[in-house]
Amino acid sequence: MRQVRLAGLALVGWTLAGGISWAQSDSLAPLLKTIREVGPEGKGNLAASQAWAELAARSDADQLPMILGAIDGASPLAANWLRSAFDAVAERQARKDGKLPIAELEKFLHERQHNSRARRLAYEWIARNDLTAPDRLIPQMLDDPSLELRRDAVARVLMAAEKASAEQNIDLAMSSYRKALGSARDLDQIKVVTEALKKLGQPVDLAHHFGFLLDWKLLGPFDNHQGKGFEVAYPPEATIDVAASYPVQSGKIRWNSHHTSDEYGMVDLNKAIGKHMGAVAYAVAEFQSDKPRPIELRLGSESANKIWLNGVLLSTAEVYHANGTMDQYVGRGELKAGRNVILLKICQNEQTETWAQDWKFQLRVCDATGKAVLATDRPAPRAGDNQTAANESTSPNGPKE
Amino acid sequence: MSRRTFILPRIVIILAAPGLVTLSAAADWLQFRGSRSNSVTLDVQPPAKWSETENLAWKAKLPGRGPSSPIVIGERVVVTCSSGINQDRLHVLCFAAQSGQQLWERQFWATGRTLSHPSSANAAPTPASDGKLIFAFYSSNDLICLDIEGNLKWLRGLAHDYPHAGNDVGMSSSPAVVGGLVVVQVECQGESFAAGIDPETGESRWRINRPREASWASPVAMPGATPQQDVVLLQSPSQITAHEATTGKQLWVYKSPCDGISSAAAAGGVVYVPSKGLTALRSTSDPQPEVVWNASALLPGAASPVVDRGRLLVINRAGVLACASTVDGQIAWRVRLEGEFWGTPTLAGNRLYCISQNGAGQVVEISVDGSRGEIVGKGQLEGPIQCSPAISGGALYVRSDRHLWKIAAP
Repeated sequence: MRQVRLAGLALVGWTLAGGISWAQSDSLAPLLKTIREVGPEGKGNLAASQAWAELAARSDADQLPMILGAIDGASPLAANWLRSAFDAVAERQARKDGKLPIAELEKFLHERQHNSRARRLAYEWIARNDLTAPDRLIPQMLDDPSLELRRDAVARVLMAAEKASAEQNIDLAMSSYRKALGSARDLDQIKVVTEALKKLGQPVDLAHHFGFLLDWKLLGPFDNHQGKGFEVAYPPEATIDVAASYPVQSGKIRWNSHHTSDEYGMVDLNKAIGKHMGAVAYAVAEFQSDKPRPIELRLGSESANKIWLNGVLLSTAEVYHANGTMDQYVGRGELKAGRNVILLKICQNEQTETWAQDWKFQLRVCDATGKAVLATDRPAPRAGDNQTAANESTSPNGPKE
Repeated sequence: MSRRTFILPRIVIILAAPGLVTLSAAADWLQFRGSRSNSVTLDVQPPAKWSETENLAWKAKLPGRGPSSPIVIGERVVVTCSSGINQDRLHVLCFAAQSGQQLWERQFWATGRTLSHPSSANAAPTPASDGKLIFAFYSSNDLICLDIEGNLKWLRGLAHDYPHAGNDVGMSSSPAVVGGLVVVQVECQGESFAAGIDPETGESRWRINRPREASWASPVAMPGATPQQDVVLLQSPSQITAHEATTGKQLWVYKSPCDGISSAAAAGGVVYVPSKGLTALRSTSDPQPEVVWNASALLPGAASPVVDRGRLLVINRAGVLACASTVDGQIAWRVRLEGEFWGTPTLAGNRLYCISQNGAGQVVEISVDGSRGEIVGKGQLEGPIQCSPAISGGALYVRSDRHLWKIAAP
């Protein structure tokens, strides 16, 4: 109910800001409100369907910005209803006379507080109607919160860098690549940039760039035969004491300090702890923050896992060997100022296939756009050593480190 | 659900001589492996040869990728795609079958997981239709219902409802319209379930838990005389079950290792399931079906078996097509095809249309007495192609990650 009221306020706020007249908003607002009330399990679909039909049939081009505005704060389900209504009205208008309220759509695009996907939608309809739009608008979007708009802007800088490189204008090429690297968030673009910079003698410390954590304390193996250990709260889930040792079937285990120099922060548990099947490992890292701030803990792991931040469980996934990739699982939480503790539980099952033997993870700390958030005590980025082959080292813990 | 979809071909069976099918009106091709889930059409045979310059009626550019197959609803061809660096943009496109003109496109944003193996994409499941509505489904477990004019009727975010439903290898189970409902099968290591969804409201009429194991197989419709008698088969890596399509009530279970990709085929009350090769099952009044036979030599690859008029057609992982008897599973003949096959071939009369992953089309003609098969025509299209071809009105519809083609005689 509170969400509905907030949605209503958002719509009123948008109209008061000059997006559309009250007379126009009077006719649309109830329809938009009905659509925004769709819920899980198909709740509200029937009413939304009727509202959608009316919205698509009755709205005119001038009302398109208001439909876009309604996406702000809408649930992912409602956002899909609204975007398709926007498309339907815009398509009808395009068939009629092709005239869209370009100035209003551009205003919406430039207001970065709006929903990123809605802004991208506005841009695509602007670009359909105005061939100059990419050249006029995209270069300003290198730092845009919309990752799709930002990606297009980075692509243009990359093209400029490649052109400069081909023309042997090395200074311009390097500055352009650096500019692209500062803005890029997608792995494929970052790989292009770092490869180019490496060839130009400017290797990039990727682990630093992405915010991968490289220093961990590892503990394991605990029992996970038949996958039962995933739900067992072994001692580190209650208290983290890196000086403690724990009895397990194979003897006693204790925390070991582990450093990885893999450029993507990969920790291979088969090497660091030993090859075990039906096993659970814990990994803990400290993270110093200068201030409280929302962050994302992004984990790549082929096997079942849990992520905690300062004792709060942020994410769980009981999945084994179904693809492993960077940023696969995202735990959203809040750093506090000072010392923070990140705890991971990484499980291995008992599959015997050769492709099911990996037991490893990588974790980075970043903001919602994927930009690295670095600990205040993190060492400065490596310079010129990225060609070094990845290696890892593990050492037993002393009583306290 | 429209009953005419299933009744029309039955009328034609009586009228048409085997291999010489002559329908004047195009039959719809409404879901994965056709309106009857069996990859068989009684429509006019498409040409046996094609290229970019021969028997190509039209070619349309697509805005995104997709192993999903095209479907045909009257004079309209519907295709789904997914795009974006994270495969999080979902497209439904509708083309005029006659001209290839794009009639409309609708886009949506994925609400579930969008990761997949590089060879797959979010638009892996084939859409389904009841002849009036389109049900577009994606690996991200977004289920979208549009009418044939592109008007949104409802949508469900099944991963929004069940957040642990998903598979980062990608999911590909296609919905089936059966028993008047849209049946979806969401099987993974997380939340696994099947559901019968009301085509008018998008609400679940039934939902049952399924084994928590990754499966890419699709529900198979076994139409009865009335919707209440319709049965749907659900295949998992450890079992295949039969259910009343209208209620989800389990009728029988066959517990045995089954293929996770290739789906069962059914004809004449017998189910041919990819299990230990191929196993024929017949429903009884017991909670387990009768095992009619097992043929270990009939081992399907990713493509599903095709069954028609006493013959089983199976392509194995090595690209060898085998034709076997439905009576005992004995192989009558084999033909080596070129390439690997993700898409299930489509049978029109006595011709089987096979499209390999690299776009090599091969048409195998079955002799009148069924004793042999030979490749009588080929056609190359630009791959990768993972779809199962649709046939309607004497035309073959094939899609890749970039294009949709209509192959038809001029």
